[in-house]
Amino acid sequence: MTKKEALFNYLLQLGDNALIQGHRLSEWCSKAPFLEEDLALTNMALDNIGRAQSFLKYAGDIEGIGRTDDDLAYKRGERQFYNHLIYELPIGDFAYTIAKQLIISVFEYFQYTELTQSKDSTITGIASKSLKEIKYHKLHATDWCMRLGKGTVESHQRLQEAFNALWMYTVELFEMYESDAILVKDGIAIDLNIVKMKWKEMIATILKEATIDIPTVDYMQTGSRRGIHTEHLGHLLAEMQYLQRAYPDATW
Amino acid sequence: MNATAIDNLFQQKIDLDLNIEPKDQMPEKYRLHLIRQISQHAHSEVIGMQPEGNWITRAPSLRAKQILLAKIQDEGGHGLYLYSACETLGISREELIDQLHTGKAKYSNIFNYPALTWADIGAIGWLVDGAAIVNQVSLQRTSYGPYARGMVRICKEESFHQRQGYEIMANMMKGTEAQREMAQDAMNRWWWPSLMMFGPHDSDSPHSGDAFTWKIKRKSNDELRQKFIDKTVQQAEVIGLTIPDDELRWNEEKQGYDHGEINWEEFKRVINGNGPCNKQRMDHHKKYHAEGAWVREAAAAYAKENSK
Ligand SMILES: [Fe+2]
Ligand SMILES: [Fe+2]
Ligand SMILES: [Fe+2]
Repeated sequence: MTKKEALFNYLLQLGDNALIQGHRLSEWCSKAPFLEEDLALTNMALDNIGRAQSFLKYAGDIEGIGRTDDDLAYKRGERQFYNHLIYELPIGDFAYTIAKQLIISVFEYFQYTELTQSKDSTITGIASKSLKEIKYHKLHATDWCMRLGKGTVESHQRLQEAFNALWMYTVELFEMYESDAILVKDGIAIDLNIVKMKWKEMIATILKEATIDIPTVDYMQTGSRRGIHTEHLGHLLAEMQYLQRAYPDATW
Repeated sequence: MNATAIDNLFQQKIDLDLNIEPKDQMPEKYRLHLIRQISQHAHSEVIGMQPEGNWITRAPSLRAKQILLAKIQDEGGHGLYLYSACETLGISREELIDQLHTGKAKYSNIFNYPALTWADIGAIGWLVDGAAIVNQVSLQRTSYGPYARGMVRICKEESFHQRQGYEIMANMMKGTEAQREMAQDAMNRWWWPSLMMFGPHDSDSPHSGDAFTWKIKRKSNDELRQKFIDKTVQQAEVIGLTIPDDELRWNEEKQGYDHGEINWEEFKRVINGNGPCNKQRMDHHKKYHAEGAWVREAAAAYAKENSK
């Protein structure tokens, strides 16, 4: 893998996470428990789509064969996506979305804090802007974990079950592959081992305060770094890419 | 003060074009009329999120997706201001939602039509928001202060929506044959329902009398409809869309367009609950409101525990 290939792949990982997360959050439109929350969730979706656009545009520039952000979003197949598995899981109930949001936003909080120190100035630019948004996403998820964890018996149970179901997708967030190794050397990519330690510590603190037990699981899922996904991603892409695929000659 | 004195003072203020504010005394019928109208408006903003929301996950570009997401958020925000304006009249959000679910409160009929293709997102922004603006601009001078101020803020955003919708249509008309067909088809389906948004002819309009005396309503249904037609016909021509009305003609004398008769049978049928999506929209709202009950309960329980 050349350095250029590594960077292209790294940018796809970042862009795809944002794109898929934005897609899932946008599914809450008109379905949230109350109107203010509907707006909060779709607003976070909007943050993510904007971030995806920045990373995919940069990825296209680095690749250098003229693919645009839209080409990369709408014309890649499921084996060419590199988002982490947890991002593509369906939205589930509100507790499931909140648990997912907490796991992801704490991960991204440390990931993006590190990325603001990258030697690649385009990455640091996108990361600084994103970090502000991510801080809010983390606050939103943390607040809801408290409300659901300590609200009613039902909400506590739903939140606990959500964390139990999601836990097997957490370790994958910190896996490092060839592209990471190549770029970490040059200070462009970040060392996820540091992020992992901080993530564990912060999640433990938040869950403890929310009276949620840290789940134990026998097996941790993996695959996204090699483009191996859950069955859910194909459906998501079929929906997202439908117009671009059905009318390949059209511009919108 | 007795009831007649209150009514007199109230009408004097109205006649002087002074705004009525939440703490002012007002006739009960005025209050109820406003609750009915503002809540209908609020519910329309919220129910309108469904047909447009139907296309977020399928928007054809990242830019289009962001514009649509932001638009729908604006609409939800309009719903919020309007619910708050309504609450100043002594009714709670929960009661308002209840009235929506029991059918006591209405929402704009236009959202009982389906958003079938991507061009419908263009048509809704251009025609539906376009029609809404014409109506809402006239409401910026409505007599109830919180409602009038809400309208000023809302109108600014609505005109963005209208332009963005028009841009979608214009781009499609510059596109492939299939895109042009899709755009014209959306035009054909949304034109007449958009004209119906202004309500019955003035001669058949049941609520208008008091609404004019109280200056809640400032312009008649037919006047507003005419304004909308006159500005929209030209916009359609510029991008090559045909208005689906054989009787549409420029009338030199009135300096406006004459148009064919609206299908009032359809209008009544859809208002009475038998449009393509009435049941779907209500079921959706009820379903997700019910599904969110445990979340609202948890939030309330947590807030109560933490305020101790
Ligand atoms: Fe609106
Ligand atoms: Fe609207
Ligand atoms: Fe609008």
